[in-house]
Amino acid sequence: MEQWAQLYELWSGQIKAGTDLPFWQDLFVNFYQSFIHADRWTQYLEGLGRTLQITVMALILGVILGVIVAVLRTAHDQQRFGHKNWLLGVINTLCKLYTTIIRGTPMMVQLLIMGLVIFSQSRNFALVGALTLGINSGAYVAEIVRSGLMSVDSGQMEAGRSLGLNYITTMRFVVVPQAVKNILPALGNEFITLLKDTSLITVIGGKEMLYAAQAIYAKTYAPMMPLIATALMYLVVVILFTWLLGKLERRLRESDRR
Amino acid sequence: MIDVKDLHKSFGSIEVLRGITEHIDRGEKVVIIGPSGSGKSTLLRCLNLLEEPTSGQIVFNDVDITDPKTDVNKVRQKMGMVFQHFNLFQNLNILDNMTLAPVQLKLKSKAEAEEEAHALLRRVGLDDKAAAYPSQLSGGQKQRIAIVRALAMHPEVMLFDEPTSALDPEMVGEVLEVMKELADEGMTMVVVTHEMGFAREVATRVLFMDGGVIAEQAPPEEFFTHPKHARTQEFLSKVL
Repeated sequence: MEQWAQLYELWSGQIKAGTDLPFWQDLFVNFYQSFIHADRWTQYLEGLGRTLQITVMALILGVILGVIVAVLRTAHDQQRFGHKNWLLGVINTLCKLYTTIIRGTPMMVQLLIMGLVIFSQSRNFALVGALTLGINSGAYVAEIVRSGLMSVDSGQMEAGRSLGLNYITTMRFVVVPQAVKNILPALGNEFITLLKDTSLITVIGGKEMLYAAQAIYAKTYAPMMPLIATALMYLVVVILFTWLLGKLERRLRESDRR
Repeated sequence: MIDVKDLHKSFGSIEVLRGITEHIDRGEKVVIIGPSGSGKSTLLRCLNLLEEPTSGQIVFNDVDITDPKTDVNKVRQKMGMVFQHFNLFQNLNILDNMTLAPVQLKLKSKAEAEEEAHALLRRVGLDDKAAAYPSQLSGGQKQRIAIVRALAMHPEVMLFDEPTSALDPEMVGEVLEVMKELADEGMTMVVVTHEMGFAREVATRVLFMDGGVIAEQAPPEEFFTHPKHARTQEFLSKVL
């Protein structure tokens, strides 16, 4: 390590003096200043940690919002004829408005509105970012969950109701567990999108993985290494997650085997 | 026990039930037959309000169940239903299928419910399947379990909606056997079916439905040997 530091001092000094170094020496300097100098690698790891934190917060919020919206909308659609509840009607309209607005506007614009207009007083950019992402994700999760609930055979609900169970209990123990199994691949997809979209939080100054990379190449004027490292870290996390999801899916499918 | 008064049911502009008035006594085994589209399944599904009648009244044990103020869930606890497509809960194993309703409705503790479920499963010879999932069973096994799942609620009447129509021919017998035993024990039953042999053997009364009304009804012997209505004669000549 000592030797590396000495080589770095030597060659970077030569570059500053205007000497043309061989390709591999240039690459070494680039690598060293992007990752090792001043322990910069810790900044990437911190960024990764924050990215995961933001993703988890947004995911939890998104899933809670999504499930609530989906269940309310499905409950509205499945009302018995002549028993329409006006309150559910109002809620259904609000839910539709929410999904329409969120799905009809770009994520980045939503972030800017939340960061620079609605929460312009807040200094906690990452939290505002997580909130925005969660609200955004909720709209998509709602549609996924709704499709899952509708994919469950209506006979399952009828069987539950015919035994005297009420709508909510049947949903909870029979329909929702089956729906979750059906929508797991789509939900996994949504999670991957969400993870990658956290990088957009940089536009309102939220600190995460891409922000760390930007901070480093703002000092070194060499964006290649930090950006590729960032891309690689996203890729690794996504591959890891896809693998875990595959395991979970296989496990849930066990009750289907003959 | 069940009193149906001038029941009408429309789906959109199509009137499926066009004024049904019928009384079913405790202990009766009523078999409903008729061509498809005659409204027999709809009538059965109206009895436990899986279909909402458009007009008319259904009184069950002196309670008007078509009254919006009636707690439908309470009524359904006393009316078991068996479906054409079994409708076992796919995500639960057989034991959980049978204990879900009694436990969730706080009628029994989990241990009590499981004990009774095992006893019911033994009765239909399927106790070894308690831990299996519905997808691992044959149609006949599923339907027998669907029947005892309904029985676990101690219903006062059992409604059967074409319980053997989705089965392979060789599995029809085992399901009918369970239904016959149930009939022998005195259960009140309303059965929509195409099994004429079962109707003849088990029914105390056969209803023939056509075009949304009950066209003819009689005890099975009389019904099958001396049908009065021309439409009944035509139907029987095709199916017998």
